[in-house]
Amino acid sequence: MISYVGIDFAGLQHMHYPATTSIMRLPCSSMIRPEWIILALKNGFDGVFVAADGTDCPYLRDCTDRTAKRIDDALKLAEKEGIEPQRIKMAAICSVCGEPFANHMHNFYRELKELGPVKR
Amino acid sequence: MSPNRRIGVYVCWCGGNISDVVDVKKVVEVISKESDVVVAKDFMFMCSDAGQRMIEEDVKEKKLDAVVVASCSPKLHELTFRGAVTRAGLNPYMYYHANIREQVSWAHGNDPAEATRKAIRHIRAGVAYLRHAEPLKKIEVKAARSVLIIGGGVAGLRSALDLSRMGLNVYLVEREPFVGGNTAKLWEVYPYKRKGWEVIDSILKDLLGRDNVAIYTNAEVRSVSGYLGNFEVKVEIKPRGFRGRCEDLERVVSVCPIKVPNEYDFGLTNRCAIIAPPYPGAYPEIPSIDWKNCVKCRKCAEVCDQIELDDEVQTVRLKVGAIVVATGFRPYEPRQGEYKYGSSERVLTLPQFMKLVERSGGELKLGNRTIRTVVFIYCVGSRQVPSGDEKVNSYCSRYCCNAVMNLSVRILDRFNGLKLYHLFRDIRTYGKHELMYEEACKKGVIFIKYDENQPPEVLVSGKRTIVRVRDLLTEREELEIPSDLVVLVTGMEPTPNEKLNEILKLPIGKDGFYQEMHPKLKPVETTLAGMFIAGACQGPKDIRESVLSSSAAAAKAATLVLPGRIELEPFTALVDPERCNLSKRCVDECPYGAIQIRRYEGLGEKAWVNEVLCKGCGACVAACPNGAINIRGLTNVQIEEMIRAAGRE
Repeated sequence: MISYVGIDFAGLQHMHYPATTSIMRLPCSSMIRPEWIILALKNGFDGVFVAADGTDCPYLRDCTDRTAKRIDDALKLAEKEGIEPQRIKMAAICSVCGEPFANHMHNFYRELKELGPVKR
Repeated sequence: MSPNRRIGVYVCWCGGNISDVVDVKKVVEVISKESDVVVAKDFMFMCSDAGQRMIEEDVKEKKLDAVVVASCSPKLHELTFRGAVTRAGLNPYMYYHANIREQVSWAHGNDPAEATRKAIRHIRAGVAYLRHAEPLKKIEVKAARSVLIIGGGVAGLRSALDLSRMGLNVYLVEREPFVGGNTAKLWEVYPYKRKGWEVIDSILKDLLGRDNVAIYTNAEVRSVSGYLGNFEVKVEIKPRGFRGRCEDLERVVSVCPIKVPNEYDFGLTNRCAIIAPPYPGAYPEIPSIDWKNCVKCRKCAEVCDQIELDDEVQTVRLKVGAIVVATGFRPYEPRQGEYKYGSSERVLTLPQFMKLVERSGGELKLGNRTIRTVVFIYCVGSRQVPSGDEKVNSYCSRYCCNAVMNLSVRILDRFNGLKLYHLFRDIRTYGKHELMYEEACKKGVIFIKYDENQPPEVLVSGKRTIVRVRDLLTEREELEIPSDLVVLVTGMEPTPNEKLNEILKLPIGKDGFYQEMHPKLKPVETTLAGMFIAGACQGPKDIRESVLSSSAAAAKAATLVLPGRIELEPFTALVDPERCNLSKRCVDECPYGAIQIRRYEGLGEKAWVNEVLCKGCGACVAACPNGAINIRGLTNVQIEEMIRAAGRE
């Protein structure tokens, strides 16, 4: 919810980040089921970035901690599937975190490029 | 998969904001080949009347089941287009808003080709979402047309008056024996030289006698249950100990053996265990026993027949639709020895000094000693520099610079021959208070800037008090100022409310004050539906700001409960009882206590979501080991299909 606004903010400021992204909106990042992350990695995406709301989350002040647990579970699933853990990332993105978001995307894009496509 | 959905896709140019980067014609061409898409169009301004009409006509003529609009962020126009499809006869939730401006064209002006592909991915996800969308209904709950206000300071009273005038029943609960809070204790406040209690009195004059207002003093909220529109509240009211007014209150007070600091003058003097109405027009106008300190020696009852020391605590149960929390602040109490506070009687806090001024006649005196020089030390208890693990007030209390400036100007007008030194770290006299600052400068107040790492020192030897300070603006020259009085310009702290916090579970920010839902968009709302915050319980505020926020909170509360019923978004969790294996992880995960275990016909005990309490965060969706919980309007199948659709090139 909050991070979505932060990602909008990056656009509002015309901050460029790689366009090979797709953005999906969830009410709170703690809703993510770990298998969805694996599903994305098996269906055309090279990496999944989870933008957590941080302490501004209107639903859950501890949503970042909860989301971190989902990420831990996703990493375990990835290991079983032989997917590199570097493909899963998470950071708290606040409602005016446009620049940090764009930076995350640049770095993540670079790392994924080195890694190459998911072996499927 | 639902067979043969008829979906319309509408791609907005946003006048060029989108179409200058995204090849909208290409998007339409690609998307129109998607299965289930029966029409795809682009248009200059989709949100315009013409654009909305086009969608409405298509829905009717082409018998569409669902609509995607690809345009700006859903934060702007999602509701606009939900309205458009509703007018055309569709359910408002058979709609998906694809963000291709903020998250595509504006972000990727450097890469039009990939931006176009990203727009297609976003729209494909929308189409996939709608293939599995179902019509939803807003949740309607009845609302009690009454509001509970916790705290009877200027904020609570103002909220009460506003709500009462709007025709709602108002219950105001005040913990202290008198309403008025901190404001009533203040001397002349900016800008009209009205005393704090006069401000309170002007609200009370309107409020008392209104037949839809009940004020409980000596009262505390003991429990709150229920939810938005239907809170059940238990309030405990301590007896006053007085049946009516005493004829000779002075005598009654004089026989009481108890001596405790008098909070009504910020501890400047002591009082006994009988609290007399502390200022003119105090409400209620009957004294009260201070039960915390009374030892029931009954000496007072011997001299006044109005005293009854054995009345019992009363409990009232209220049903309210909304709650406004206005518990205010507590003035910072310096630590023992902080700038010699507590060890020297010539060191006072700003509120204490204000009371001293209020009580002085033609001469400003402390005891028998005439005060000629006063040194003010700023930022005491605010903007504290952390050392070790000790919890500090790192925030600025905002009001203290203004208050000390106002008070300085007033006393320079009132007493002759005063010399005032202001030792400051920074000065924040924002808004109109700048005029007060300017006036203080003109009247000869001496300002000396100190470094937070080299704070002033108060030295007391015999009858002499000296303040030593290094003046930052003259290359840290050391100055020694002999003074008759040192005033610590103290800030605000959150009112200690441990019990209430346990009951309400309102989110508390890092500074210890209640946290609003959003600083700009929802400044008086909290994450708890139906609970609002007003005044300084949210963070330091002056009277004007407190009144502003309390009127805002009153308006928000009234908007919710005035109609007598409340419509909630339908995006709540739903348990599939057939898949639930009773792990109960959702129950632990839910921060709102919205999930219970219930008996289902033929299935036995399974998880169940109270949709009125559910906020739709989805934490339970992730926690369920069986994937048995879905959010209405964003189901697991929808999410999975959206991922597949967006990943497909």
